[in-house]
Amino acid sequence: MASFQSFANPARFQAFASKLMPWLAIPAALCIGIGLVLALFVSPPDYQQGETVRIMYIHVPAAWLSLFCYTAMAAASAWGFIAKHPLADVAAKETAPIGAVFTALALLTGSLWGKPMWGAWWVWDARLTSELVLFFLYLGYMAVWGAIDEPGRAARAAGILAIAGFVNVPIIHFSVQWWHTQHAAASVFRMDGPTIYLSMLWPLGLMALGFTLLYGVLLIIRMQTEILLRRARSLRLRAAAGEPASA
Amino acid sequence: MIRALFALFRRDIDLALKAGGAGFMALAFFAATLTLVPLGIGPEPALLARIAAGMIWVAAALAALLSLERLFQADEEDGSLDLLFLSPLGGIPLVLAKCAAQWLTAGLPIVIAAPLFALMLQLPSEGYVPLMLSLLAGTPAFFLIGALGAALALGVRRGGLLIALIVLPLYVPFLIFGVATVEAALTGVSFWPSFYFLLAGTLIATVLFPLAAAAALRLHLS
Amino acid sequence: MSGFFAMGGYAAFVWPAYAAAFGAIGVFAWRSLAARARARRLVAQLEAAEGQDR
Repeated sequence: MASFQSFANPARFQAFASKLMPWLAIPAALCIGIGLVLALFVSPPDYQQGETVRIMYIHVPAAWLSLFCYTAMAAASAWGFIAKHPLADVAAKETAPIGAVFTALALLTGSLWGKPMWGAWWVWDARLTSELVLFFLYLGYMAVWGAIDEPGRAARAAGILAIAGFVNVPIIHFSVQWWHTQHAAASVFRMDGPTIYLSMLWPLGLMALGFTLLYGVLLIIRMQTEILLRRARSLRLRAAAGEPASA
Repeated sequence: MIRALFALFRRDIDLALKAGGAGFMALAFFAATLTLVPLGIGPEPALLARIAAGMIWVAAALAALLSLERLFQADEEDGSLDLLFLSPLGGIPLVLAKCAAQWLTAGLPIVIAAPLFALMLQLPSEGYVPLMLSLLAGTPAFFLIGALGAALALGVRRGGLLIALIVLPLYVPFLIFGVATVEAALTGVSFWPSFYFLLAGTLIATVLFPLAAAAALRLHLS
Repeated sequence: MSGFFAMGGYAAFVWPAYAAAFGAIGVFAWRSLAARARARRLVAQLEAAEGQDR
């Protein structure tokens, strides 16, 4: 593999990744751990929603991450087009499943929050509906990667879709919000939840930060895997061609 | 170059009309879907009137989607896509010409047939003009967005499914504002604001999506 | 304490939400780690084989 600059060299990346890992994993564990304690034990139940408000501490950070990951995916794709750095494509590719999981979680916890509050397992409120569309955007992106064999071409194709999709995310969100106000009493389905007190802000913030750091951890793990697999592929090719290997 | 553009445009229309290609299929699917609706939910006029606008728009979106797989495929199969792409026509005019031809043969028939189905689905009379206008303004966007999906799915097995997955989330704003235009008129409010949103969307799509589709084509053909 | 688990009567909603969240993340993390371990073994194997061939 040609080495352009710093971490295009896979060995350098692996070393850097291993060093970076504890700086992400330990703060992630701390944030999520403390966040959970605050969320479940310390923070008060809501005046209107009672204990179900505790679902918010999962739902809102998950939704935040679903958008954050899509942005990261689009940014990494753009970086791949502009700088042609090989790691950019890998980062974009491996962000997608993480984002999809957070999106699915946002949908599921939204449903569990909605049932006791509004009596229905699924409500077509603006936020949930936008999340659902976002979920399909992730699936489409992953499908493009799966459909094209050659990694370079798959990266470019998926990248085009990521950027086109990213431009559309605010438009889709706006249109869904607009649609929702046309069709339902907006005040009923306010997924924002209760007025945020400081005692609620802390666990919310910590969980959001914790999830973000967790994304970093998962991304690095998955990028390491992908780069290892590419190394394996090139090793196999060299073995088949009968050439001696270079590190 | 303009002459070349029109030549391609005319050729595509001829092809589509001759082989009974995309155009007829899209219209037939549109008609079949809307015929199934009363069979599925019952003939009660009030209920049908309530969902008429939405159903017509959904059927139009799906019919457009159905025709997309063929947008580039026929030319790809006989090798003419490479030649067209390398010609002075290049990427973006090529995409625009194909989208225009596809819309004319697959989208416009739907727009024209829509009032008939609106009648069958008991759409109130105030809805007809906004329905026609919104479909006229919105259906081109389905084909412009679809061009990106079709270009990305070129050479992929079962590309139609991939196209659907890529394209449907992007259709959402057009569907929403298209139906909103009709619904506004039905509730006695001015439909122009929604219509302007829809039109703006299509104009933006005309700029953005052929660009992306051309990039995807270049990728595929390189 | 039982009051805590009952979550004011909403236990059926709150606990599955947390369980699903950490279950999903946990499974995902586990699979990612396992894939990485497999990839590491594979590369080590291939590198060893290459070393022998020289």
